[in-house]
Amino acid sequence: MRRTRNLRPKARGQECPRHTDTLSITTFIIISIIKSVAVVGVLLTAVAYSVWLERKVSARIQNRWGPTRVGPFGLLQPLADGAKFIFKEDLTQPHVYKPLYIAAPMIALVFAITSISVIPFGNWVKVGPWGTYLQITDLNIGLLVVLGITSMGVYGVALAGWSSNSKYSLLGGLRASAQMISYEVSLGLSLVGVLIMAGSLSLRDIVDAQGGVFWHFIPRWNIFHGQTLAFFIYLISAYAETNRTPFDLPEAESELVAGYHTEYSAMKFAMFFMAEYANMVTVACLATLLFLGGWHGPIFGPPILQAVMPVVWFCLKVFFFMFLYVWVRWTLPRFRYDQLMAFGWKVLLPLAVANIVYTALVVALRAQYPGRFF
Amino acid sequence: MLHLILFLFFGAICVAGAVNLLAQSHPINSALSLIVVMGSLAAEYLLLGAEFLAAVQVIVYAGAIMVLFVITIMLLNAGKEERTQGSRVAIVLGIPGVLIGAVLVAWTLVGRSSTTQSVSIGALWGAPKDIARLLFRDFLLPFEVTSVLILIAIMGAVVLASRPEGGARGPRKDEG
Repeated sequence: MRRTRNLRPKARGQECPRHTDTLSITTFIIISIIKSVAVVGVLLTAVAYSVWLERKVSARIQNRWGPTRVGPFGLLQPLADGAKFIFKEDLTQPHVYKPLYIAAPMIALVFAITSISVIPFGNWVKVGPWGTYLQITDLNIGLLVVLGITSMGVYGVALAGWSSNSKYSLLGGLRASAQMISYEVSLGLSLVGVLIMAGSLSLRDIVDAQGGVFWHFIPRWNIFHGQTLAFFIYLISAYAETNRTPFDLPEAESELVAGYHTEYSAMKFAMFFMAEYANMVTVACLATLLFLGGWHGPIFGPPILQAVMPVVWFCLKVFFFMFLYVWVRWTLPRFRYDQLMAFGWKVLLPLAVANIVYTALVVALRAQYPGRFF
Repeated sequence: MLHLILFLFFGAICVAGAVNLLAQSHPINSALSLIVVMGSLAAEYLLLGAEFLAAVQVIVYAGAIMVLFVITIMLLNAGKEERTQGSRVAIVLGIPGVLIGAVLVAWTLVGRSSTTQSVSIGALWGAPKDIARLLFRDFLLPFEVTSVLILIAIMGAVVLASRPEGGARGPRKDEG
């Protein structure tokens, strides 16, 4: 079991025992179940409301109102959408390859939701005698797990395109897979700088390494701490990874109808939709954890507020990224396919490699001459 | 105990995936079976304590290499393979050969089971730092030589894939 290992340094100024050290197995399981249900519930709600956000913000950008009829400010629109998706007729075309056609949206959604399990969204909390980290599970290789799970998500899109047995779907699926593989390279490489700075693959350690300030007011987040270039490489690659505009070629409606999900309807289509937004949330969480200091932020007020503040900061940062996603989508036009590939391989990849070399050099120099480089 | 059950479970999935890989007549089903094999192998690595290796197995093999396999199959639009009777040599020599090999391996393992130790998650020496230290200090030269080897392979692929001299290079303008 994991309890044999205790490699993690204790968080600053706090007593943070590993939960398996102090809790009985029953309490551990109950706490884990509560955390899993809560996190998945929040994630799915966030997915539904990011669709609402997208519609609202896009409407304001185009000088119209967006959803207003269902509930105040159209806030119940996601529920109405959900009901509509469930009650729509679920068409299965006769020419599809049925096993994979049905499995593809499930694969996409499962891998999109699973990666939230290693995302930490707050520090150690204590409720009565029980204490726990605000995270479903803490792994020493948390970041690699997220990368592994998101890399498996390609199969949902690729298999949907192939099993639909239609040319638009196939083209969309091929484009999506090629694009996701290409940009995964620069995405992965852009994270190496952060890993060199933190010296760990655990997401919690990476966030802990970003605590504090320098020059008395600038937070020690990685984006202000030498990883600005890496942040922008990550941001751009993440847009391509999640197939969002300006890289939404897999579903370019002017060329491919709807790309890989052309032949899907009702809940199967909704699953692709949810997978896309869940991936956006994951990517936004990762950006927050790796570059924007996770749950670090000014903490003040009474103790109860102090306990909640880190989670609020984390959610605010994630919300900022979701807003950025929508903003970019309705502001920028789509790339051409060769531009997309050339940009990924000829611009982002060399920049990411240069960032690794630069970061490694600075870290090595800092180790050699302590105190000379901030 | 739970460890052993999980280990046997994923081992069974792995073998089932491998058998299915051979039994399926459609290339894409075979490729998917191979992904199952890779994934269950990663789970086995994890149960043996090699967390880093498990993650890399998923990212590199299941997530990258197999995607390229699947894309290739999709691009070529490979159809169903025709069933053949199979060669007689394979049946006469192959099956006894496999059985003898399996028996030999099992016999060796059982004979040495007293000297081997069991491992569990976190007990094995395989953290990313240890692997990095081995790779970039003790085995730096083989590592760099391997990277040169891969570079040569990439260059070879580029040369083979590039169009002949005089032909159109790069994306054609009229394709829009």
